[in-house]
Amino acid sequence: MASPALFDMADSGLFTLLSTPGAVRATLGEIGRHPVMSKLPQDARGSAEVVLAEALNNIVEHAYDHAGGKIELRLHRVRGMLLCDVFDTGAPMPNCEIPTGLAQSVDQTEDLPEGGFGWFLIRTLTENLQYRRIGARNHLSFQLNIEQ
Amino acid sequence: MDLKTEAQDDLLIVRAMEDRIDAAGAIQFKEQMRTICQNPLPRVMLDLSRVAFLDSSGLGAVVAVMKLLGPGRRLELAALTPTVAKVFRLTRMDTVFTIHDSVPNGLSSAV
Repeated sequence: MASPALFDMADSGLFTLLSTPGAVRATLGEIGRHPVMSKLPQDARGSAEVVLAEALNNIVEHAYDHAGGKIELRLHRVRGMLLCDVFDTGAPMPNCEIPTGLAQSVDQTEDLPEGGFGWFLIRTLTENLQYRRIGARNHLSFQLNIEQ
Repeated sequence: MDLKTEAQDDLLIVRAMEDRIDAAGAIQFKEQMRTICQNPLPRVMLDLSRVAFLDSSGLGAVVAVMKLLGPGRRLELAALTPTVAKVFRLTRMDTVFTIHDSVPNGLSSAV
């Protein structure tokens, strides 16, 4: 008799992609159609797509600095949380720390920031945000509350 | 990036015809808007009703367009979808732009 699966496969997703903006866009589309994401409430799905886009684009722009490489993304849905693990073999984060991502000042119209929103959005929308450098590999992990 | 424009009185309406303004398309969006904004109409309104997703690169591009309009003109936004509205709200950019629920009446059916 087969033992019951530890996890329902519909609750997990593994995605690998090349480090390009086009591949990030295609993968976000693929993730959106995957059962791990497609069954979430609209609001949670939107937040997850924003956070995953920021995490992946950071790797494209900074870890690999547009030089190309491979990214692996694991998603797991469990008890009202979406657990996300992102791996790459690009450059480590500066000082091996997650950037602070403080809220940008938006009070001076002529001096508005055009960047720096990414980590702020990730920090605002996630819980348990952690970064580890293990050997030549970056591992970023975070959770999203998907219970509305 | 497919952008359609329409002039109505003092208002230039720019309709984003694609479903996302993201890192893969932000630079192209900004460059096309730079060309479009050479039209001297005082008000520019970006219709985002078809844009389901905008990331921080897309947000940065929208801010850049507002800045390239210069001090005498403002970029207005219309018809934000839920995820796009959330990105503007979290970053407080919703306090910077005039945001309309929809493109003004009588214009939405024009091509």
